[in-house]
Amino acid sequence: MANYSTNEFKPGLRVLVDNEPCIMIDIEFVKPGKGQAFSRVKLRNIRTQRVWERTFKSGESVESADIVERDMEYLYSDDEFWYFMATDGSFEQLGASREALGDTIKWLKEQVVYEVLLYNDAVVSVSAPNFVELDVIETDPGLKGDTAQGGSKPAKLSTGAVVRVPLFIVEGEKLRIDTRTGEYVSRA
Amino acid sequence: MHTWSPSAPRSALVARQQLYRNIREYFYNRDVLEVETPLLCQAPVADPNITPIQADQRWLHTSPEYAMKRMLCAGYGDIYQICKVFRQGEAGKRHNPEFTMLEWYRVGWSLPQLMDEVADLLKILLSERFNPLPCLHLSYAQAMQTYAQLDIHHCSANQISALGQQLANADLDLNRDGWLDIIMSHQVEPALPKNTLVFISEFPASQAALARLANNAEGITIAQRFEVFFNGMELANGYHELTDAKQQLERFKHELQDTQRPHDAHLISALEYGLPDCSGVALGLDRVLLHLLNAQHIAQIISFDWTRA
Repeated sequence: MANYSTNEFKPGLRVLVDNEPCIMIDIEFVKPGKGQAFSRVKLRNIRTQRVWERTFKSGESVESADIVERDMEYLYSDDEFWYFMATDGSFEQLGASREALGDTIKWLKEQVVYEVLLYNDAVVSVSAPNFVELDVIETDPGLKGDTAQGGSKPAKLSTGAVVRVPLFIVEGEKLRIDTRTGEYVSRA
Repeated sequence: MHTWSPSAPRSALVARQQLYRNIREYFYNRDVLEVETPLLCQAPVADPNITPIQADQRWLHTSPEYAMKRMLCAGYGDIYQICKVFRQGEAGKRHNPEFTMLEWYRVGWSLPQLMDEVADLLKILLSERFNPLPCLHLSYAQAMQTYAQLDIHHCSANQISALGQQLANADLDLNRDGWLDIIMSHQVEPALPKNTLVFISEFPASQAALARLANNAEGITIAQRFEVFFNGMELANGYHELTDAKQQLERFKHELQDTQRPHDAHLISALEYGLPDCSGVALGLDRVLLHLLNAQHIAQIISFDWTRA
């Protein structure tokens, strides 16, 4: 494995810090005029998604982490693993654990392409595209004439996720959802 | 992204021109002489935490302090200089390995007198965006007590390293001064009051560099050194200058013991000849411009930053 010294630090660098696979988000060079130099680094732990800060002495080095991003299409689940297939023509399939899926399970739909992060060839996280289209499977009937009020109601989607939708939405409709905020955008 | 073009807009260069003009006018009116000293010197600055850049058996200066002090020894009186200085590896949002420094010396002045002049000049230079500009004076110990709840004169070494490790999120295996640097930069600097010139003085004796040592009101030995912070950034560093050639030589030997670098024999000879009682300060002009123009990255105010040089 390669090592990176502090002067090679940059956003996007994939490294192993305290045995955790991380991606560098931001680096600040800290140097009191007459004091020692440090690099203060903001990192995202790709296993837990936690963002944290750690300081390195100038000249210190860290090991690179074998972290790979792949575009993969969701296939099916056997309730233990959720299976994805590479879209690069290799048809390679990989299973993600419930833990690796995290909140993305709310936006999981067959044939949609997700960004899958692999660490040492195992899936550690799955990110949904910014927008997904999902069917409404359950919602109270909206009252006619209420649309102008801009009111909202809960609706349960095919994935089990519950989102707030306008009153005019009925069961069976397909909706466009922003996965970053979990909010309804429009009818699809 | 193309890299042939300047990293700073023309408007930043106009602001820089005005800044230099204001400084030159300020010192002209006060009868302080503008000087130039060599950029390529036979010996580098001995500061253990600053790495000089070597070129053809010479060193690019990291500060003009040694040559300017030799002028003081020669009896040239009050002097100032605006020059580029060079420090290996110091690159970031607020650092460029080649940057512009204003350094000046006042003969016969005490540190409080010089601090007043620094405040006066900075108020003029920053007046376009910060007017009025209040000042706050704290000792190093007061700043640590107020913003990090640390009593540095009475707490244990373990308390200092424990707080440092908590802030760094790692055990960086540092000495006492190293952990104090972490606490100062990670905790104290960001917590200082905003839009206020904060003068921190009475540095630990172990961080004296070229400053004299003295006993403070509580009888604790401190360095007669100050730093100016503004909106979380260090702007200036000043000393009541050490004039004792013997002590200077000892500090050189101590600081350079782990390096292959020579000490500046010219400076030692000059100090032996005699440095008048004086105070001096270095001010980072690129950082003044950062504040003046509300810029987020030093590249925005340097014509061609390190990546385009």
